[in-house]
Amino acid sequence: MAEQVFAYIKHDQGVADDSALELIVAAKKIYPDASVTAVVTGAGSDLDTICNEMAATYNAVWKIDNDALAYPNAEVVRKALVNILPADSIVLLPHDTFGMDLGPGLAIKMDSAFVADVVDIEGIDNGTLKVIRQEFSGMASAHVTCDISGGAVMNIRPGVNQPDESKSGGGEVVDKSGEAGDLSTKRTYLEIVEAEAGDVDITKSEVLVSVGRGIEDEDNVEMVFDLAKAMGADVSCSRPIVDAKWLEKSRQVGTSGQTVKPKVYMAMGISGSFQHLGGIKGNPFIVAVNKNPKAPIFQVADVGIEADILEFIPELTEAIEGL
Amino acid sequence: MEILVCVKRVPDTSENEIEINSAGNDIERDDLVYSVNEWDNYAVEEAIQIVDKVGGSVTVVTVGDDESEEVLRREMAMGANNGILLSDDAFEGSDGKGIATILKAAVEKGNYDLIMTGAQADEGAAQVGGMLAAMLDYPYASLVNLIEAGDGKLKVGREIEGGNQEMNDIEMPCVLSIQTGINEPRYVGIRGIRKVASVEIPTMGASDLGVDAAAVGAGAAKVKRVDYFVPDMGEGAEMLEGSTEEIIAKLIEYLKAKGGLK
Ligand SMILES: Cc1cc2nc3c(=O)[nH]c(=O)nc-3n(C[C@H](O)[C@H](O)[C@H](O)COP(=O)(O)OP(=O)(O)OC[C@H]3O[C@@H](n4cnc5c(N)ncnc54)[C@H](O)[C@@H]3O)c2cc1C
Repeated sequence: MAEQVFAYIKHDQGVADDSALELIVAAKKIYPDASVTAVVTGAGSDLDTICNEMAATYNAVWKIDNDALAYPNAEVVRKALVNILPADSIVLLPHDTFGMDLGPGLAIKMDSAFVADVVDIEGIDNGTLKVIRQEFSGMASAHVTCDISGGAVMNIRPGVNQPDESKSGGGEVVDKSGEAGDLSTKRTYLEIVEAEAGDVDITKSEVLVSVGRGIEDEDNVEMVFDLAKAMGADVSCSRPIVDAKWLEKSRQVGTSGQTVKPKVYMAMGISGSFQHLGGIKGNPFIVAVNKNPKAPIFQVADVGIEADILEFIPELTEAIEGL
Repeated sequence: MEILVCVKRVPDTSENEIEINSAGNDIERDDLVYSVNEWDNYAVEEAIQIVDKVGGSVTVVTVGDDESEEVLRREMAMGANNGILLSDDAFEGSDGKGIATILKAAVEKGNYDLIMTGAQADEGAAQVGGMLAAMLDYPYASLVNLIEAGDGKLKVGREIEGGNQEMNDIEMPCVLSIQTGINEPRYVGIRGIRKVASVEIPTMGASDLGVDAAAVGAGAAKVKRVDYFVPDMGEGAEMLEGSTEEIIAKLIEYLKAKGGLK
């Protein structure tokens, strides 16, 4: 019998998340011959749309239809999964704000191992799975083994697996709604409050000068605006700059900020965390300036400069102004 | 409200270049600057602000060695009332589940309404809070960036993709993992640290906590780090070399060619 792996399919308003076609790729890295089942929870007609779509890619689709699952409150989803999934299952989730909410507790309730933020999977040897993770903000990579003999929940980093567009699943949709069981929880979803729009819409900018923690002090942010002005660019930033309230949230690039698609992206004093890079789309020309030659940003940048931005930015500004 | 905040001492990645040691089994620990995990500072600040409003006390707890005591002291200098160090040779090599098992025992020694952790720490796993909640059978919410205290429950905002906020009601006792930006953690100066320098911080080991040593530590860990390695970086960036003038001249050529100058 082929080994069974389950992939939880995130979806919103009838559209499957990008991770939906990535998790099956991760599953096949665990067991090349895996029979991979998509688990889709929700309520109403959107749910059927997603289930039918996933049947093209996955070997089977388990549909769990329940009003309590209309919004994917991880606490409710966890109860449904614990009731429905076989013991010792391998369950794959995206390592995003939903997977972080669900994965660790699900692993405890299923009495299985949990591995977070998996960036690659090397394979299985004697019931032990070997995966690759990153630690220390991406500054060190590690091989990690996971004893999956009693099942496992694995959160897979979004974007690291190329989506499977082959549509070679040919699965059937199985309605598992009757097995969902008691879905009452002590956390109740209320509503989504949308992020506020700011005065600049960086999602439309063609050139961005983006500033990170390397700027060190609020007073130094001014020099970034001077450079942007000289270049005819807009200013964006990484999360710590917003956390410190030096710039408004609408200028934050990343998974919990804006998704930008400029032609040119200047990363100044930004280390290059995956949450930051997750907000940069459209394959821009990336220039990174960082005083640490080993900063992960240099792996994704086109052009790198090892320099102290506090010295480099004013000099570059002056040179551009003199053109 | 009685609040327990779980904190961790970590290498400060904004202060250090992380290097892998020659054996590949650890990072170079000599000369590393350590600090409190960034996310934990926000959790402690939030706990202090809640207690300032509704009364109660804040306890900070960490699983670690003697050196971890300094982070407890730092958080007490911020305003946490008590600190507890959970330390035992048997705890060494614990995976996330092991750490959550130890913390669960500490939670059960107290009478807490609210338990907080940072959203993630140096391993980037974001796992201990959710595991702890599930072990305790408490409700859990991760990546919390807003807390409003109510009667027997809290209204919490979770920061999700795009910076949108998912609002929830959650019953107490509960576990929350805290996202950065929820507040502005107060500054702690040398004087603040000095004030708490001689405060007694109790240490509890496996037997004090009633933790079965076989359920924690390296032996119980299902998830184990085998080694650290430097990944094949592929092409990577073209590093511009030369004098600053030369570098800037090259960069300007690139920017002109790629449409980076208007
Ligand atoms: C759920 C979740 C969502 C997140 N969402 C986002 C998001 O949307 N966007 C985002 O950006 N982050 C996000 N983060 C945070 C992310 O994990 C990183 O913590 C963050 O991106 C780091 O920002 P940074 O690169 O500016 O800072 P750091 O990682 O601290 O890097 C600073 C860099 O500056 C360099 N530097 C320091 N001083 C100088 C100098 N003088 N000159 C030159 N270089 C210097 C350092 O070498 C370092 O590489 C999220 C985290 C979580 C858990």
